[in-house]
Amino acid sequence: MRVLLAIALLISSLMPLQAQEQVVAGISQDQISITTDFDGSELLIFGAVKRETAIQQDAPLEVIVTLSGPSGPLNVRQKSRRFGIWINTGNARMDAAPSFYAVNTTAPLDEILSVKANQIARIKVNNAILAIGAFGRVANPGQYREALIRIRENDDLYQLNEGAVKFSEQTLFQTRVTLPANLTEGDFETRIFLLRGGEIVASYQDTLDVRKVGLGRWLYNLSKTNSPAYGVLALIIAVIAGWMASAVFGYFRR
Amino acid sequence: MQVYLPIAEVSVNVFLLLGLGGIVGVLSGIFGVGGGFLITPLLFFIGIPPAVAVSTSANQIVASSVSAVLAHLKRKTVDLKMGVVLLIGGNVGALFGVQVFALMRELGQVDLLVNLSYVLFLGVIGALMFVESLRALLRSGKGVRPKRKKHYWVHNLPFKVKFRTSGLYISAIPPLLVGMAVGVLSAIMGVGGGFIMVPAMIYILGMPTKVVVGTSLFQIIFVAAFTTLMHAITNQTVDIILALFLLIGGVIGAQIGSRVGVRLKAEQLRILLAIIVLGVCFKIALDLLLQPSELFSITLGTG
Repeated sequence: MRVLLAIALLISSLMPLQAQEQVVAGISQDQISITTDFDGSELLIFGAVKRETAIQQDAPLEVIVTLSGPSGPLNVRQKSRRFGIWINTGNARMDAAPSFYAVNTTAPLDEILSVKANQIARIKVNNAILAIGAFGRVANPGQYREALIRIRENDDLYQLNEGAVKFSEQTLFQTRVTLPANLTEGDFETRIFLLRGGEIVASYQDTLDVRKVGLGRWLYNLSKTNSPAYGVLALIIAVIAGWMASAVFGYFRR
Repeated sequence: MQVYLPIAEVSVNVFLLLGLGGIVGVLSGIFGVGGGFLITPLLFFIGIPPAVAVSTSANQIVASSVSAVLAHLKRKTVDLKMGVVLLIGGNVGALFGVQVFALMRELGQVDLLVNLSYVLFLGVIGALMFVESLRALLRSGKGVRPKRKKHYWVHNLPFKVKFRTSGLYISAIPPLLVGMAVGVLSAIMGVGGGFIMVPAMIYILGMPTKVVVGTSLFQIIFVAAFTTLMHAITNQTVDIILALFLLIGGVIGAQIGSRVGVRLKAEQLRILLAIIVLGVCFKIALDLLLQPSELFSITLGTG
């Protein structure tokens, strides 16, 4: 960490003054490979605050780190009882919802983030989901969005880790994000915000590449680009496996 | 030990998959059913996306059926001629069934359609088989052999064909129609259709039980292969890695099952299958009737 601080200070001395405080950050990995034995991963996000002037004393500096996976449209369906059985009766379309979303902070989110700043930067998971299409179609769109968040929180796909960012001397910060095993590939976006008195004073953005590799990647690509060949391959494997099992058992019986 | 499934995009335990495949394989070998009606709901339960579960189980059914059919071929308990007639009807029916499935998906009630067909068909067939085989078991217990009816009304139709292995000289029309009906249902329910085919062959066509199992498996191979290919091309939801682990368990199970099967009496076989079919029916019906703990569900994509 000392070295990091030194590097941060060195960089800051070389760069022209843009704002009073800026973020200099790094991630432990710039790529996550989803191999066949992938069982989740942990990411370390760290950095320092670069400043030209002395630390302001009026309000403490706070840090929020967000990590969001690729966004896509989805449908949230609600079951209700009709004719004695439970069937899907309501359907709300979400225009874009991140497949993964983690928010790590130095303190409880509501204490360090103003309503206005949240709306501008879309930090809370509620604001990260685009649900314009749901409004006007169903009577209670908010309930559908809450259900989406609740289901994904149970799967560790949406996380709010208040107090998970370690922030020392108002300068150095570091936090860990646990990525679950059921991860979707794509570009993951890391955002770091510095806040003072509820307002954002500086921000930083970086992307992280999450990709399938090896056999998984090859199969996934084949299934998309040449699906008839993929289907035939699946059948060949099935027939060979069936025949082999029969042959092996037949041999042992003799 | 976890494995990441590239198409399903989830990570699951290897031994869980091997075990699931094994259990279904044993049943497949004993009863001549593909086991799709069992493995598809089980895959939903362990968190595989429904679309992937339906298409991948079709792929695994191909493997376990091939394995079991080879064992039956050695014992000459497969009526190939009858199998071909059935599967011609089956594939025509499956093509039609896929269209019905697509229509229902547009209407947004495909889950309900699938669950209701499961409850209806499993319930009716399971109950019929249970009552019939229980009666047969009681009769055989008293030592009175029932007179086997040689001719059903369906046999008095034109285009008579000799099915030597089954010992039948009947019209080709009923097996074609049976095959077609099963094809439609299997496309809608995402299964091979053995649990419908087996009783249909016994009670409608009047085939001997020993031949029924091998012949059913024979035609399931082709219907399941056709379904796998259709899903791979149109939905891209067949997960080879998932199928591989299921079928390793499945083919071993099928070998064990087909050996257990020959030791059991026909009536015992049928009553066991009836109990399993009724059990799955009961479970699905319960899910429809009881309030689920989570009323909301997520479906990816635009649909």
